[in-house]
Amino acid sequence: MPTKTASKRSSGTKQSAQRRVTEVVAPENERPMRKTIDLGDIEDLQILNEEGEVDEALDPNLSEDELKKIHRAMVMTRKFDIRMLAMQRQGEMGTFAPGLGQEATQIGQVYPLNAKDWFSPSYRSFGAQLWRGWTLDGLMLLWAGYYEGFEIPEGINDTPFSIVIGSHVLPATGLGMAAKIRGDKSVVVTNFGDGASSQGAVAEAFNFASVYKAPVIFVLENNGWAISIPAEKQAAVREFARRGAGFGIPSIRVDGNDILGMIVASQQAADHGRAGKGPYLVEAVTYRMSVHTTADDPKVYRKEDEVKAWEAKCPIRRFEIYLRNKGILDDADFERIGKECEAEILEAREKFRARAKAKPREVFDYLYTEMPPELKEQQEEYFRKLDRKGVE
Amino acid sequence: MPQMTMVQALNLALDQSMESDDRVCLMGEDIGVNGGVFRVTQNLLKKYGENRVMDTPLAECSIIGTAVGMAMYGLKPVPEIQFSGFTMQAFDQIEQNMARMRNRSRGRYPISMVMRAPYGGGIRAVEHHSESREAYWAHTPGLKCVIPSGPRNARALLKAAIDDPDPVVFYEPKAVYRAFKEDVPDEPESMEIGKAKVAREGNDLTMIAWGAMMRPAAEAADDLADLHGIDVELIDLLSIKPMDTETIVNSVSKTGRCLIVQEAPQTCSVASEIIARLNEKAFEYLIAPIKRVSGYDIIFPYYQTEQHYLPDPDTVIEAAKDVMAWE
Ligand SMILES: Cc1ncc(C[n+]2csc(CCOP(=O)(O)OP(=O)(O)O)c2C)c(N)n1
Repeated sequence: MPTKTASKRSSGTKQSAQRRVTEVVAPENERPMRKTIDLGDIEDLQILNEEGEVDEALDPNLSEDELKKIHRAMVMTRKFDIRMLAMQRQGEMGTFAPGLGQEATQIGQVYPLNAKDWFSPSYRSFGAQLWRGWTLDGLMLLWAGYYEGFEIPEGINDTPFSIVIGSHVLPATGLGMAAKIRGDKSVVVTNFGDGASSQGAVAEAFNFASVYKAPVIFVLENNGWAISIPAEKQAAVREFARRGAGFGIPSIRVDGNDILGMIVASQQAADHGRAGKGPYLVEAVTYRMSVHTTADDPKVYRKEDEVKAWEAKCPIRRFEIYLRNKGILDDADFERIGKECEAEILEAREKFRARAKAKPREVFDYLYTEMPPELKEQQEEYFRKLDRKGVE
Repeated sequence: MPQMTMVQALNLALDQSMESDDRVCLMGEDIGVNGGVFRVTQNLLKKYGENRVMDTPLAECSIIGTAVGMAMYGLKPVPEIQFSGFTMQAFDQIEQNMARMRNRSRGRYPISMVMRAPYGGGIRAVEHHSESREAYWAHTPGLKCVIPSGPRNARALLKAAIDDPDPVVFYEPKAVYRAFKEDVPDEPESMEIGKAKVAREGNDLTMIAWGAMMRPAAEAADDLADLHGIDVELIDLLSIKPMDTETIVNSVSKTGRCLIVQEAPQTCSVASEIIARLNEKAFEYLIAPIKRVSGYDIIFPYYQTEQHYLPDPDTVIEAAKDVMAWE
């Protein structure tokens, strides 16, 4: 059945308390006897617009302390990003996937989580990982190719980030199913890209989560691109949030560069899961401002103008306008916070440098609970090879 | 003859096959506008258009599954899987349809398609980007699997794979992609699938390798001759399945000794199969047990340590000396 999108996006002012919806409606029908199926409305949420104007009726009115903490996390994410890129260019870091411009999407999605909840991210998630408690130097180790970087910080239930596109979404769904079986109130947030949404495994995860009413929050980060493939070529519909409807998953489309919108949407999704109502799909509409990874050259496939246009939608800038207008932080504070974050990162870099020692003797570890004798034999042979080469 | 890298040679083979046969079409992630993440398909979209060079959504299972359908219709799809690690997403379609459709349709639908995928380690890639799983494809009835080792044979072998009436897994050693150049003739050049090549003749020891392992093997063979007086016959396997048992058996019948160098994990590997065949067909000629220098049965190490995992010339030389120690 063909559908038509009628977006009731009101232009300009932010006075309206109306949340906008993307209607999924059937076309005018020439044969009125034919019935249509109601697929439900999909909410399209923005609270803080590009100019930093807030829709007051929707403002979650977080405390000053909370707002400051969120702001700092977003700045830290950006500074880390820039530093990692520099380190890569200087030969100190491996292939790295920057998240420039996606800071609100990152912090917002994990904001409602507590330590016992689960977070199962894809690779472009260091912002959210830092919020969850992963350390700066740990993430540096990870991206620089050292095993220690994979160590999951004590006290949180996170999974290693996934590099194989979409493959983590099914295990994340299983986590949600298990939480439900055990009667726990934990929820699972799992994120993936617009590209990943094309994977069969992701569709299968939607179905399982929905059938078993698993408390899984699917955060689909629509950043416009999957390496060189624009979202328009990835899917024939513009709103990925529509994907939920066919699986019976309530869905919301949110301005992923609006931290308040992201927090409200994620909170509502988490509440839904905790109430035993099952999964939720959050499409965060954002933009990959930087290269896909340091191995990529976007000049080959996308126009600079497009990137420029998104600069105006910067999630940090608009949040700073909001904070300034509320009298919570001023320009001097912003400068100070930037410097503090930078200093913290440089300190972490020193720690990283001290820890950055390859440990070739570890490559057989953690494969089995108990190493089978035949593997032990291979390990011994490998150790002899290292001995011969004088490798520690 | 122009000098080319393996990337350029593969591009040339694709270009010439597309030029001469309009049934040949390419599909894959980032292969069109971007020209492939390794640039193997560069400029082909411009030349042949969107119907024949398809930038697909991000779904390997869909890529291989739909390629099978296109092959059934009579096209000759050459899908690219961006890294061989992601062929796992397509395993269902490879095993159930690509490998079996000809048989299940009693010959009605031959699947003339080539699944290209860069494999192997050595380029400091992130996790899941360095595996060598050629044994999976050799193990699947109905598939062929070939692996070139240099620009010139890559070009010829890719043409042969595209011209083949059956499904071929074409594994590209990405460590070799830009490692060196070779003369590659302008004229289309092909080679027989199922034939190995004696890359260096010798009388003391047969060494067998393929893909990226040909380089450390060749280097070791040179050193063994120069420094240890051991005359190695080096065989470039080229075709994993079908395998050129005859060339291997002939060589080992002559030398009486054999060393296999492979990057893949050891258990149930291609090396295991070579040893089994030699056991069946050349046992009476063997002077020493056949040895393998192999990857280990572990997950491919993170890249700070990958160089220790990968077979290197020194390790090959040590192993060769072991084999030679048998009287
Ligand atoms: C299964 C699989 N196929 C292909 C790749 C190679 N690859 C890495 S990232 C990427 C694009 C991902 O795009 P998207 O899901 O939109 O996430 P984004 O990178 O934009 O955050 C591709 C094709 C992979 N890592 N895993």
